[in-house]
Amino acid sequence: MIVLRLALQSLRNRWLTAALTVFAIAISIMLLLGVEKVRSGARQSFADTISGTDLIVGARSGNIQLLLYSVFRIGNATNNITWTSLQDIAALPDIAWVVPLSLGDSHRGFRVLGTTTDYFRRYRYRQARGLAFSAGGPFSDLFDAVIGADVAASLGYRVGDRIIVSHGLGAVSFIEHDDKPFRVAGVLEKTGTPVDRTVHVSLEAIEAIHVDWQSGGRIPGQSVSADQVRTMDLKPKAVTAALIGLKSRLATFRVQRAINEYKEEPLSAILPGAALQELWGLVGTAETALKAVSAMVVATALLGMVTMILTTLNERRREMAILRSVGARPRTVLGLLVAEAGVLVAAGIVIGFVLLYAALLLLQPYVDASYGLHLPIEPPKAGELATLGAIAVAGCLAGLLPALRAYRLSLADGMTVRA
Amino acid sequence: MLIAAAKPGAATSDVIRLAKVRFAWPGRRSFSLDIESFVLTAGKSVLLIGPSGSGKSTFLSLLCGIVAPQTGTIDILGTEITRLSPASRDSFRAEHFGIIFQMFNLLPYGTVIDNVLLPLSFAPLRRKRAIAKGAAEEEAKRLLSRLGLEPNLTNGPSAANLSVGQQQRVAAARALIGNPEIIVADEPTSALDRNRQAAFLDLLFTEVVEAGATLIMVSHDESLAARFDRVMRLDEIARSGEGTGS
Repeated sequence: MIVLRLALQSLRNRWLTAALTVFAIAISIMLLLGVEKVRSGARQSFADTISGTDLIVGARSGNIQLLLYSVFRIGNATNNITWTSLQDIAALPDIAWVVPLSLGDSHRGFRVLGTTTDYFRRYRYRQARGLAFSAGGPFSDLFDAVIGADVAASLGYRVGDRIIVSHGLGAVSFIEHDDKPFRVAGVLEKTGTPVDRTVHVSLEAIEAIHVDWQSGGRIPGQSVSADQVRTMDLKPKAVTAALIGLKSRLATFRVQRAINEYKEEPLSAILPGAALQELWGLVGTAETALKAVSAMVVATALLGMVTMILTTLNERRREMAILRSVGARPRTVLGLLVAEAGVLVAAGIVIGFVLLYAALLLLQPYVDASYGLHLPIEPPKAGELATLGAIAVAGCLAGLLPALRAYRLSLADGMTVRA
Repeated sequence: MLIAAAKPGAATSDVIRLAKVRFAWPGRRSFSLDIESFVLTAGKSVLLIGPSGSGKSTFLSLLCGIVAPQTGTIDILGTEITRLSPASRDSFRAEHFGIIFQMFNLLPYGTVIDNVLLPLSFAPLRRKRAIAKGAAEEEAKRLLSRLGLEPNLTNGPSAANLSVGQQQRVAAARALIGNPEIIVADEPTSALDRNRQAAFLDLLFTEVVEAGATLIMVSHDESLAARFDRVMRLDEIARSGEGTGS
């Protein structure tokens, strides 16, 4: 007992270096666990980009490509779906709702999405969250637009502002639909999904701004004014993709097959969840890099601890000689130093844990609001506990290095007290 | 515990008996120590005189079983410690030896009492003997007061604030607690001035005699000789070689 008490007092005697060592370990543990949290949070947020939609239908293409342009607004569709095909699909008995999506235009680098007001009711993210308006409401007029939170924030738009949609997708476009300006009717709340970076307009508006266009350019001599266009038939001839909700999930594969085998037009239907998993598999390699870096940081902290113990070893030779003289075995000296390393690592792990949860509690709302990244505060998973256990063991093993040196020194010093 | 319970007076009343001991530090070929024969009987005080570098520390390390000779036998209190395993030698040392160093005797961050009680953690028999007179702490306090340490220092929080003289008294109390048979003192007074030397030795001798222990003290100071039953020169009992390399 006295020996343990003295060992602790010895540690207390070097409290500053010991505290810094513990702190370094704690920070590294916090980083390791924090990276894991962010990683799983990012993965979850990614998987939660779209939910409540059972199928996404588009022109025949790969799963990921369809997902990328319909949900992430990345890349382009190879082809469109004709309106009649979409009507045929909507008429299938298992289908509850269809939200058409029409892409192809942009506003100052943000994609413009033509859709119906159903979109605001049907789109779900993060399990069951729906879209909410932070200002205004869905479009009611032909030339109304609803903008995502990022669009509003980065361009400084408010409800009532006038915006002009550009033809094509470049950030700087020379072909503008400047004859038919839009009015911002609503601003959506931050979701952490591509919705934040989208300008939403009605399908009819998409038709309206292209009514006097053909093959990507204005038809010379034909100009239809914004007022004239209101009187025209603006039923869309084609859309880019559509979100589909089913009456029963059990019908998912039946409907998917029906769409994939649709005779009139080559179409693809994908399960958004499965496609998201597939896509994560592509971008997920960054996970490994993050993990490797934080593992390195932990290794560095343990190395720092070994250095700390090694540097104090010389001044502690007298401690060792005294312990040996009163009958301590070299093994006891070895054990004390390994125990010291163990105590430092254990303290580091506990403090790192506390720091992490304190940081999570503090930053969770902010991270959620500004990055749309939800970091769950939950007890550590079994895998994390196993990692921590492995780190504790590694710390004790690292402590063996100075301990073995002390062991050798105490054997070589014999009765001599060196100071 | 078989080792600790050394059969009293088993074979001989000799406390220490060395025969044909030869020792060289592992990895240090330049130094070796040869002792043909050395015998010490119980209850005596011996002054070992030798200049520094004559192998005093090595000799004491051998006696206490901190190191083992390459050849020869060392018999302590009837136990041939050269036949013991290193761990058993450590236990044997804890039970039967009290050791006082020249200086830096104490763990500076520990309390005075903890420093005195330290050997009892490794020596169950000494603990039993110490407790026989009351609580171990009480025995430590009794020894400290007998050795002239002021009570307010005895209960002090840390040993670091003590003067060198006070530290040596605490070291003596640590060596004496639980009545080990042999007290080994390696130049315990060389860091003290003349007056304090005499005072310290007076107290030490009183306690050692009362405990019936054998005192082996090493010094280069021949003026201390008068106090001891026996004075030996290390260079007469041991041959230390330089560069013999064997």
